[in-house]
Amino acid sequence: MKDNSTPLKNEFLKGLLKENPVLVMLLGMCPTLAVTTMASNAIGMGLATTFVLVCSNLVISLLKGVIPKAVRLPCFIVIIAGFVTLISFVLERYIPSLYESLGVFLTLITVNCIILGRAEAFASKNKVLPSVLDGLGMGLGFTLALFAMGSVREIFGAGSWFGMKLPVISKDPMLIFIMPAGGFFVLGCIIALVNKIADRRPPQEISCENCPSAAICGKDKSECGASAESEAAQ
Amino acid sequence: MKELIIIIITAVFVNNVVLSQFMGICAFLGVSKQLKSSLGMGGAVIFVMVCATACTYPVYRLLERYEITYLRTVAFILVIAMFVQLIEIVMKKTMPPLYNALGVYLPLITTNCAVLGVTVANIDEGYSFAQSIANAFGTGVAFSLALVLFSGVRARIAESDIPATFKGVPATLIAAAIVSLSFMGFAGMFA
Repeated sequence: MKDNSTPLKNEFLKGLLKENPVLVMLLGMCPTLAVTTMASNAIGMGLATTFVLVCSNLVISLLKGVIPKAVRLPCFIVIIAGFVTLISFVLERYIPSLYESLGVFLTLITVNCIILGRAEAFASKNKVLPSVLDGLGMGLGFTLALFAMGSVREIFGAGSWFGMKLPVISKDPMLIFIMPAGGFFVLGCIIALVNKIADRRPPQEISCENCPSAAICGKDKSECGASAESEAAQ
Repeated sequence: MKELIIIIITAVFVNNVVLSQFMGICAFLGVSKQLKSSLGMGGAVIFVMVCATACTYPVYRLLERYEITYLRTVAFILVIAMFVQLIEIVMKKTMPPLYNALGVYLPLITTNCAVLGVTVANIDEGYSFAQSIANAFGTGVAFSLALVLFSGVRARIAESDIPATFKGVPATLIAAAIVSLSFMGFAGMFA
């Protein structure tokens, strides 16, 4: 038991910071930008995604021997969509205010690249327990990134935090932070900050390695418009 | 007719799918490096959005008839995934030039949340069939416009000297913030 506790712990911890899906792997940008106008929405979205991620990783790792390789992606998507439907029922019934404010982005958890990415890269190749822990870590890493975004945007843009009015800043909040432009700006700054702290090689681009669709794509790297140019640029 | 035109203009400028609704960001950041790939991806998205809406609208009516509308997410994503594959196969056989232009972008579209987003939004807004198609077309054009505009901006970023920490994605996102800011000028156009 003690022998394999360290690797399992790593499966969980890597998603939080080292391979944070949003800030390092640059996946799942759409919800990160769209629902982070308030810290509470960000947490709600993060936890809903974590639930779907853990459940889909669990089911996919259980079914990995059963699903034929050729049709695995449609299968994964249907499994994910099933859990998304489940969580939206739960939220609609028990937390209607969150359900309202997440709106269409709750449905769009289905096409969140993180979930399909983990299913393809991890759950379909690993045993049940590591897959669940991987899902949990990645989900919480996602929640953490959303929470950071949501906090910054709510504090500066609305002058409050979790709905609590903050002194000084709530008198004259900078509205731009909760507008779409502010979302892009804050995410850019946070990723730059992470780059600075981690001191990674700077020209970090979106390429086939972290392209969420690489699994579906199946094209030669040189054919893909996205990566061909980044190589040409070097 | 006037109503349809308003829907299209609203979708393209006022509620731009990428810059104010944050859908399809992955594709927006991934493919907007060059004008050529932006145009290709944009064309493919317009095509798939209109066709997917034309398919999902009747599918939803069918679900409504049997009172199983909660299966919407599952049904729509399956229709879109199947549809993208179908287009790819048909296009490859019958229209090789078009396939060569759009082909590489097609598989990327299944996970483009703008496509699922627009089909769901059409239902949520209670649009009729014609309105849905207009909205899908407008959204596709909005996506292409954002990509094409942004590819121009990125070409300039690539030539400029920016601090090492901001190189790559952070600089791209901050440029996107400025482009998005310019689209705020359209807000309230039809209020």
